[in-house]
Amino acid sequence: MGKVKKRWIALYVENEVGVLAKVSGLFSAKAYNLQSLTVGRTEHDDISRMTISVESDDITFEQIKKQLNRMVEVIKVVDLTDIPIHMKELLFAKIKQIGFEEKAEAYQIAQTFGIQVIDHDRDCVILESTLTERRNDELCVLLRRTFKHIDIVRGGSVAIEGVSTSCR
Amino acid sequence: MDITGKKLIVKALTEEGVDTVFAYPGGMITDILDELTKAPNIHLVLARHEQALIHEAEGYARATGKTAVCLVTSGPGATNTITGIADAHYDSIPLLVITGQVAKALIGNDAFQEVDIVGMTRNITKYSVTVNDRKELGRRLKMGFHIARTGKPGPVLIDIPKDIQLKNGDPEYPKEVHIRGYKPNESVHIGQLKKGYKLLKSAKRPIIIAGGGVKISKANDLLTQFAKKMNIPVATTIMGKGAFPEDDPLYIGNCGMHGRYAANMAIGNCDVLFSIGTRFNDRITGDLNEFAPKAKIIHVDVDTASISRNVVVDVPVVSDATLALEKLVEWAEEMNTEKWLREIYAWENENPLGMRRDKGMTPQMIMEGINKTFEKAFITTDVGQHQMWATQYIKLTKDREMITSGGLGTMGFGFPAAVGAAIALKEENKDVVCITGDGGFQMNMQEMATAINEGRSNITVCIINNKYLGMVRQFQQVFYGKRYIATDLKTPEGACVPEGSYVPDFVKWAESYGAKGIRVTEEKDIEEALKKAKANKKTPTVIEFVVSSEEIVLPMVKGGTAMTEMILK
Ligand SMILES: Cc1ncc(C[n+]2csc(CCOP(=O)(O)OP(=O)(O)O)c2C)c(N)n1
Ligand SMILES: [Mg+2]
Repeated sequence: MGKVKKRWIALYVENEVGVLAKVSGLFSAKAYNLQSLTVGRTEHDDISRMTISVESDDITFEQIKKQLNRMVEVIKVVDLTDIPIHMKELLFAKIKQIGFEEKAEAYQIAQTFGIQVIDHDRDCVILESTLTERRNDELCVLLRRTFKHIDIVRGGSVAIEGVSTSCR
Repeated sequence: MDITGKKLIVKALTEEGVDTVFAYPGGMITDILDELTKAPNIHLVLARHEQALIHEAEGYARATGKTAVCLVTSGPGATNTITGIADAHYDSIPLLVITGQVAKALIGNDAFQEVDIVGMTRNITKYSVTVNDRKELGRRLKMGFHIARTGKPGPVLIDIPKDIQLKNGDPEYPKEVHIRGYKPNESVHIGQLKKGYKLLKSAKRPIIIAGGGVKISKANDLLTQFAKKMNIPVATTIMGKGAFPEDDPLYIGNCGMHGRYAANMAIGNCDVLFSIGTRFNDRITGDLNEFAPKAKIIHVDVDTASISRNVVVDVPVVSDATLALEKLVEWAEEMNTEKWLREIYAWENENPLGMRRDKGMTPQMIMEGINKTFEKAFITTDVGQHQMWATQYIKLTKDREMITSGGLGTMGFGFPAAVGAAIALKEENKDVVCITGDGGFQMNMQEMATAINEGRSNITVCIINNKYLGMVRQFQQVFYGKRYIATDLKTPEGACVPEGSYVPDFVKWAESYGAKGIRVTEEKDIEEALKKAKANKKTPTVIEFVVSSEEIVLPMVKGGTAMTEMILK
């Protein structure tokens, strides 16, 4: 079966009405465990690229790739699971109802994680992170532990194949 | 000069060589229908229900090998097609379904008879799309025809809003189409196939399972040559039945839930299993851990997604059946399988198929009567016990073929599919026999009107009336302590007619359509009734065979258990 783990796919699709519904529908119809899906246009106006992560074993993952491949609107399926890629996720965190000390802590966290404070008010700051999904997870844990009132917005990961790096 | 969308639609049909359209009218296709009045070469079949319309198109497509075209209106017209489309998708039948849609400006407004049919059919079609721009219309239709019939065939739905039908635009229907995301497999990986062949050749106890893909690819003869050259026994799935001549000693019957004991035992004990054109669904495999446990498996299928999905395969080969078999026939060398065949024949002798003959008219006798009377025929079945009996006892030959709803198991399929086939076989006036249950027949029997109006006298309907939803009753009988619920079709106490009778009276019912009705209750009358039906060249004939309610389909395997653990009595 192979072990259940997180896997990544980049999907080139026709930039048409209904394609997103069709792709996401496949995951629900076949009970595949979809973790995140992002979509955006590419250098070609008529082609979109999706970055999809699923949690599955080997056999299911093979099936998913095959099922995606046979969709008429899918142009190309790229398995990103084990190749060098650059992958980032956009995250905003609004930290609310904070006093002076907590605010200082927010700035410290931002500094430690290497992320930006992009907005600021008397009792509120907004952080912006473009780290990896995993770093963002860790950031969220820390923020939740430290502050009472936070809003977190996450965009899901986007990824591109590396050229000269072997990092992920 | 620019032309309207509706003109382009009719032009597309004409250029694709479509001569028959299965249609049911409604507000959002009246313009297309009006345009069809100007196309005298296209024959319009008016069904009585859109679900049945799709099944008719399925029968037509199977009988002709062509893509069948359906035309229905938006809203309820479109939703009524869903069961049929799912059926065609499951059994890989090429259909082009055109649905009218409310005008683009109204979409999303909950307009009268607006439904998102593309959304609803997304995962039961090979491709479904709304034409959003008049400029795209020609290309979408061309894509539809191309996708429906190439690769693994299937239904395509093209939804066309009313304003697009009326809008002027490009008069050209494209001659060809390139679709960058659609690459049906058109070759075979020789290295991989050779590996499979070598494995098969090395076997001591080889077996071939042939599925519906062989028939769709018209590879019956190639398969036969291959198996015979190599002396390998052949089992079929229900969809593959007929892919190999049933009178050949190498044929060991259907496998699976109601398959032959010998076939399932052979699969359970083989050392190499060569399967071609089957998706290995649960009706074939039973408990996956117990399926062909000793075997290395070679799997040839045109659909990559069908390979290694249910059964883990040792040698996968992505290929159309014909392409693969052409090569295999070339390579084939004789094998000595005598000992293995003797083992299989011993299993067959141990538990041959057959029903007790001392208890009046059995379904087996009826099937044998059909074999005898209809040497050349196109047979359809509905879904239930009678279907299993048909797959067990109807003998398929070169001139006798059969279609059935295998994947979806759609009750109500058999009769309209027969009507569609009879329309397709009009010229040769080939006999079409529909073997149906008393339950399933009632799901689409309104299509008798279509048959009559189409002048189809070449239809014989054989209703196996056991007065029950027999297949479900069988489960209640065997697995639920004979607690019968919701399966008795006889009239209960408090009905409008005396308790214990049966409605409708199928003979009178047939007569009310101007068709011929015959009732048979005894074995001795089977053949005469069938002969009368065959000789009746004026109208369809309905024969009601009144049989016992107690007869069950044997052997059987309980869902989810090993195929070699068959219930035999
Ligand atoms: C549309 C649909 N509804 C329900 C079923 C479940 N089902 C399978 S066989 C069967 C009974 C069929 O009865 P009948 O047509 O009389 O055939 P028999 O089994 O008696 O030969 C039922 C209800 C089905 N397959 N299709
Ligand atoms: Mg019945």
